[in-house]
Amino acid sequence: MSEFFRMGGYAFYVWTSYGVVALVMTIEVIHNVLQQRREIRNLKRQLAHLKAAGSNGEHPHESKT
Amino acid sequence: MRAKRKRRLILSGLLLVGIGTAVTLTLLALNKNINLFYTPTQVEAGEAPVNQSIRVGGLVEKGSVSRDKKGLTVRFKVTDTARTVAIEYTGILPDLFREGQGIVAQGRLNERGVFIADTVLAKHDENYMPPEVADALQTAKAMRVTK
Amino acid sequence: MAATDGLPEQNREDIYRHMWNFFHRLGSPVYFYRWAGKAIPWCWGVTALLLLSGLYLGLVVAPTDYQQGDSYRIIFIHVPSAWMSMFIYVVIAVCGFITLVWRMKMADVMARASAPIGAMFTFTALVTGSLWGKPMWGTWWIWDARLTSELVLLFLYLGYMALLSAIEDRKMAARAGAILALVGVINIPIIHYSVDWWNTLHQGSTVTKFSKPSIDISMLIPLLLMALAFQLYYFSAVMMRARSTLLIQERRAHWVRELPEVNAP
Repeated sequence: MSEFFRMGGYAFYVWTSYGVVALVMTIEVIHNVLQQRREIRNLKRQLAHLKAAGSNGEHPHESKT
Repeated sequence: MRAKRKRRLILSGLLLVGIGTAVTLTLLALNKNINLFYTPTQVEAGEAPVNQSIRVGGLVEKGSVSRDKKGLTVRFKVTDTARTVAIEYTGILPDLFREGQGIVAQGRLNERGVFIADTVLAKHDENYMPPEVADALQTAKAMRVTK
Repeated sequence: MAATDGLPEQNREDIYRHMWNFFHRLGSPVYFYRWAGKAIPWCWGVTALLLLSGLYLGLVVAPTDYQQGDSYRIIFIHVPSAWMSMFIYVVIAVCGFITLVWRMKMADVMARASAPIGAMFTFTALVTGSLWGKPMWGTWWIWDARLTSELVLLFLYLGYMALLSAIEDRKMAARAGAILALVGVINIPIIHYSVDWWNTLHQGSTVTKFSKPSIDISMLIPLLLMALAFQLYYFSAVMMRARSTLLIQERRAHWVRELPEVNAP
């Protein structure tokens, strides 16, 4: 087992490489999850505002695809 | 609408072709400067400047490596299989340095045509295999030679 | 192709029409948003499986290298990172071309969403390469054609992202970004062929060459598994980013306001 972690004396280089890659790939995923949640929250707030202002003739225009 | 789209298609295509040609021409013009090192053949032909910091690359010639009794000075020759250049280096060599290995040395060429290196970098090949396979290949090669 | 060869003409046409319809509908934000939402968990599942098997085979099962010992194991993340860095740039350039010619909204969204992921892979390719170069070559960095052109790729990504965020108007930004992406795509063949065209410290291609890959099968399999894992990772991550981007860009559209997750308490 300790043989595995030693990586034939190249432990520092091998494990730093894997560590950096694992770190940035994890950050990217967490960022994406949080961003999606944030956007949904923003939309909810926006929609609540609209409903509050509601009834007095606001009509969101539809966007074309 | 259709004509407009076609025009955009042609314009985008032209943009790509134009950039492609421009870059190709630039690279052709720069071709020599992009090379990382001089080969022994180029050094022999006098293409490499003397007493200027340059790089020389090639394979470490078999049996050419001699180490100083005291100190860390190493003398060896690099070859591109056609010509050779003698190199003198004082310092620690990379793990991969051995006879037959590709290396790139940075330093200056002196008037006697000896290259005084201040760094030696190892260049490894693009082959990856377990040691047993490498050994097997070696034996197979040796057998073919002796036959 | 081969799977449809035995079918009667009519059926084959049906299949092509269905495939075309599918891609066509993915071009619509509503359909894409819904479809990607369902596909993302599956994509992550496959990514995780591929990553685990690739890591196990690469770090535990694969033998040490005859020359480089265990340091060569960096290849299993270095090479897939470098491949992805180039692949994603090509995706952005193709999206750019579509944006310029057909003005498709989804093409712009995909290009925008891809850029940070591409920049990330370029970064990891450079860092892992540096960590591999130090013990093997004897240097962290050298200005040879391969390393320099990969660094240029990182700057292209960063420039592209900066340009997109600097232009307020979404359509203008899409067009400017598309032109930058198309100009920069010339760097991709330069990166790939740099090791053949010029002499470099970086060695030549191992897998992506016309002759047989010069890597033992026990090392090639984990390498390809990891490459596939990184590809799937990209698909999953880019779909997540594209969905968030759509929510921002389409926030005034009816379909966004009617989404169940937006209306949930």
